[in-house]
Amino acid sequence: MKGDRLLDVRGMLCPMPIVKLSKAIRDAASGEVIEMLADDEGAWQDVPAWAKKTGNEYLGSERADSYSRHFVRKT
Amino acid sequence: MANDKVSIIVFSGDLDKALAAFNIATGAAASGMDVTMFFTFWGINMLKKTGPRKGARTLLGRMFDLFMPKGPDKLPLSKMNMGGMGSVMMRYQMAKKKVQPLGEFISMAKELGVKIVACTMSMEVMEIPPEDLNHVDEFAGVAAFLEEASKSKITLFI
Repeated sequence: MKGDRLLDVRGMLCPMPIVKLSKAIRDAASGEVIEMLADDEGAWQDVPAWAKKTGNEYLGSERADSYSRHFVRKT
Repeated sequence: MANDKVSIIVFSGDLDKALAAFNIATGAAASGMDVTMFFTFWGINMLKKTGPRKGARTLLGRMFDLFMPKGPDKLPLSKMNMGGMGSVMMRYQMAKKKVQPLGEFISMAKELGVKIVACTMSMEVMEIPPEDLNHVDEFAGVAAFLEEASKSKITLFI
């Protein structure tokens, strides 16, 4: 999977990944996909929970080497 | 549809508890919720400006000013403070792990639209005039808190 916009929050801890994600979604156009790179393990739970809460579409997560990729589409 | 609301009472003046409060507040604001934080008693300390004070105070008022921490960089830990050594180590560890200091959490909360309310009763008891505080959007009492809390889905006392 590949996103339209890349958001790198590696090295950041809770709550920064979702604070940055919310800013990225605000700047994105409707329908665009944000690809977030994170190494905080909490992101696996936090990104889908955040998407559900804010009404954006969670498309899935995948593991990369030492980090993970999370995909959210702005509705 | 109106946004969900969160009301948080910040009673504690400890660094660890303040971080928990601002973590939840900024996380909620970033999730599209309306957040109000009510600062009362020792919680007021983290909003204080640093530097010398103007204006007349009683002896007890001067003692509160002298012995209470002024601002987010001076708060102790609730556990393992060890006369201030613990809080220095905690701040060092946070910086190493790239967690921003409490002062930056407060600024970030303000940017995200978190409303900061200071309790006027605490301010009166500890003789803290409004001009000694940073970040405050409103000065209010318990009725204002209850009005907000009764409309909130989440209410916390920290």
